[in-house]
Amino acid sequence: MEFFTISLLNGLSYGLLLFMLSSGLTLIFSMMGVLNFAHASFYMLGAYFAYSTTELIGFWPALLVAPLLVGVLGAAFEKYCLRRVHKFGHVPELLITFGLSYIILEMVQLIWGTSSVNYRVPDALDGPLFTLYGTQFPMYRGFMMLVAVLMLISIWLLLTRTRIGLIIQAALTHPETVESLGHNVPRVFMLVFGGGAALAGLAGVIGGNAFVTEPGMAITVGAVIFVVVVVGGMGSLSGAFVASILIGLIQTFAVGIDSSVVGAASMAGVTITPETFGYALWKLKVSQVAPILPYLFLVLILIFRPRGLLGKREG
Amino acid sequence: MNTNYYQFKPLNIGRWIIWGLFALLLVVAPMVFTSSLSHTMLSQMGIAIIVCLSYNMLLGQGGMLSFGHAVYSGMGSFLAIHTLNLVSKGSFPLPVSLIPIVGGLSAMLVAVILGWVTTKKAATPFAMITLGVGELVWASALMFPEFFGGEGGVSGNRVTGSKPFGITYGPQIQLYYLIALYTIICTALMFAFTRTPLGRMLNAVRDNPERVEFVGYDTQKVRYIAFIVAAFFAGISGGLAALNFEIVTSEVVSGYRSGAYLLFTFLGGATFFFGPIIGGIMMVLAFVLLSEFTKAWLLYLGLVFLFMVMYAPGGIASLVMMNLRVAAFGKLRQLWFSYLALTVTALILLAGAGAMIEMVYHLQLNTALGPQLKFMGITLNAKGLNSWFGAAFVMLTGLGLFELTRRQFAHEWSGIQEYIEKESKRRESL
Amino acid sequence: MTYALELKDLRKSFGKTEIIRGVNLAVTAGERVGIIGPNGAGKSTLFNLISGRFEPSSGDVLLGGQRINGKKPFEINRLGLSRSFQITNIFPKLSVFENLRCGVLWSLGYKYTFLKFLADLDDANERAEELMQMIKLDKKRDVLAINLTYAEQRALEIGITIAGGASVILLDEPTAGMSRSETSRFIRLIKEVTIGKTLLTVEHDMGVVFGLADKIAVVVYGEVLAFDVPEAVRANQRVQEAYLGSSVADPQAGGH
Repeated sequence: MEFFTISLLNGLSYGLLLFMLSSGLTLIFSMMGVLNFAHASFYMLGAYFAYSTTELIGFWPALLVAPLLVGVLGAAFEKYCLRRVHKFGHVPELLITFGLSYIILEMVQLIWGTSSVNYRVPDALDGPLFTLYGTQFPMYRGFMMLVAVLMLISIWLLLTRTRIGLIIQAALTHPETVESLGHNVPRVFMLVFGGGAALAGLAGVIGGNAFVTEPGMAITVGAVIFVVVVVGGMGSLSGAFVASILIGLIQTFAVGIDSSVVGAASMAGVTITPETFGYALWKLKVSQVAPILPYLFLVLILIFRPRGLLGKREG
Repeated sequence: MNTNYYQFKPLNIGRWIIWGLFALLLVVAPMVFTSSLSHTMLSQMGIAIIVCLSYNMLLGQGGMLSFGHAVYSGMGSFLAIHTLNLVSKGSFPLPVSLIPIVGGLSAMLVAVILGWVTTKKAATPFAMITLGVGELVWASALMFPEFFGGEGGVSGNRVTGSKPFGITYGPQIQLYYLIALYTIICTALMFAFTRTPLGRMLNAVRDNPERVEFVGYDTQKVRYIAFIVAAFFAGISGGLAALNFEIVTSEVVSGYRSGAYLLFTFLGGATFFFGPIIGGIMMVLAFVLLSEFTKAWLLYLGLVFLFMVMYAPGGIASLVMMNLRVAAFGKLRQLWFSYLALTVTALILLAGAGAMIEMVYHLQLNTALGPQLKFMGITLNAKGLNSWFGAAFVMLTGLGLFELTRRQFAHEWSGIQEYIEKESKRRESL
Repeated sequence: MTYALELKDLRKSFGKTEIIRGVNLAVTAGERVGIIGPNGAGKSTLFNLISGRFEPSSGDVLLGGQRINGKKPFEINRLGLSRSFQITNIFPKLSVFENLRCGVLWSLGYKYTFLKFLADLDDANERAEELMQMIKLDKKRDVLAINLTYAEQRALEIGITIAGGASVILLDEPTAGMSRSETSRFIRLIKEVTIGKTLLTVEHDMGVVFGLADKIAVVVYGEVLAFDVPEAVRANQRVQEAYLGSSVADPQAGGH
């Protein structure tokens, strides 16, 4: 029972983190048609900036400084590089963000080294939030969920209640019209891209110390958020939300389950030996299969519901 | 009607000459570059050319950006090496020279299964799905060590099986000629593909998928079949790689490798058929030589890629073709001075920037060796202010001069382009 | 009797808005029908419903007696219906000749083969040459489609549409954006290339419609107000109120 509850809460916090990342990706994609391959790299940068800032000043300033830095970098990239490629089409746009991810990876390894850095949870937040049946639920996870929820609520408020948010919503589907109404759409694009980057950076700040901070973190999380976006339905924020939570929960639960088909079968009285056909498959424990579950989910969705969970039908 | 509709124009003889030269080059290359390092590199180049050409079938010809092509070349490698081991054990009498075909067929089979799901979507979702499928296969590699060999991979021995004409493939040179044979045949086959109905409809799908539906073709099917054909050639390349290295690890299906295919095919040029050939050659040069030269090679690669996307999205092939066009109109000679100036100033700029990048890398990675490093024959002190100022000064000077020459060059270039357009119109109306 | 194209109580809603509100139309084979109506009446939507780009919310589309609603565009095309687009929809990076050849490949049965060379497909090449001459672009054989003038691109668009030998042709505002002389030439071209075929064309230029069509269908707010010979339509009261306004229509009709 406690496994269930703790895993549920952990899965929720991981899912919210995934949503922080995939929402930025979806916004950028919906508005600019660009799939930002470097989005997960911004996540990584956020974590590393936070690490250095924490070493210099402390964790709480890092919460503000790191995402800001990442946002500025994102906006600068949009202005000087992405914009130039816009006229070539969507493929070159994707390629340039791909190139950016390469460069960010190299720079990170250059400045901070190739192994993981000791970006730790601040002492004030280190410890159990509450204890359930003897298992602790870390306070930091609760903090993560809090930051994520606060962030998302403020984004929602920004988009729906402020003037700039209204312009962004309009530019999401009709950028030319909005421009002909006199709004500086290129600046809006820059703000959205920078904003998305900052959001990813913030996710990095709170996620980097809960999980490991190392150069490989971008690629691991990057692939998962792409899956989230496709599974949720391209361009659908609510779909990304559902998919993030779902995948967050599935992965967290799976990692904790140590049974395999062999084990289950033996409980039913059936013995599976190494001689049995497909033994390599049956002996796998669910926890071993956990890394590929999101991708399996992706394949299933593509077969049975290609438009995604909440995606709109094309055309 | 006997009239030859598809006029090859004067290039018909030219086409035979070009293919002949290509074949000749492949045959003669190891005799010109005789060191064993050269032979290794030439072998790898053949393998790289086949896989980059197969990747361009998707990217350049079909407009399909795949982040997971390594899955197919990698699965080809794995199945090839398992077959090779079966041959060694004597349970499967297949001549070693046919192993790459096993690689191709097995990759094709994987593509039949995975490709159906992958090609359900187009454009951006397609790219993401290929990434997801690629990660799926790569993560599975660690879960099934019986097939994928776990951490150590799967090894094999290519000196095995029947030995026709006494060819054992022990010496690298023998394997090179096998690779060269496969290279020329696969290149010719892939070129022929571009001249078939499916090849042309693939181009149409790239240009305007909606229109294709309205001329009676199912775009998804066109993409699916092309995907399978591309996977076949990728598998052949994987099979050759298995023979070449005699070991296959899970790295061959990694996203890192898929990214390399993408990067170099794009650098070579996705819009022309021969672009990926250049890309494949550059890939081997970068991985084998450049990586020895400097620790910062991945950074340089990323930067070159970035600039290519911004300023020359057609790759090196497009730059070559643009200049050939200028030459055809007799105007190339005018530009030689500008090109020289551009090259010299660019080199100055790069020397300065390179010095700074090398110093940073040196500080990070080679701290045990002390702060001094050799760069282009000069000894720099990575902790000394002099070196930094000097490098920055060189870089900024180079940047300024480069910008000046670039403006001059752009002015001349656009003048020539205008001339070419006027000439073309004039010739058309004749 | 089997109509070439029949629309039975066709309806389409986008969300809560009903765009097509019960359209009934029966087109005999070989007829030339002009579809007119004010902007936003749903003419392009109607075309999209017929050609399979959208699926109808209810109602049927029958091609030669066969239900085609719900089928994919390429399936409908294979059954003998082809369409052109209001915004030019060609293959920009292929030459004129290649564009046309792509249009004929399926109809000649070449399907997805990669075992034959395009250069050896005599029938496809001949047909493409024929089409080039019909649409008068034979001098621009190897010019990339993206480099053609606007009118030439529209001509190529028509060429691709008729390439497959479809018996029912839908033309969506074929003369949009053309000058007067270009339009007259274009109408003559359309008449030539659609001999013996069933033609439906959406048009705003009254002259074009009255000169070209055997019958006219007037679509207003997603409904067909009238479907009759041009003179009857011009005289129809409801049509005059809703759309024509005789003072504008007469000079235009007299012009072509």
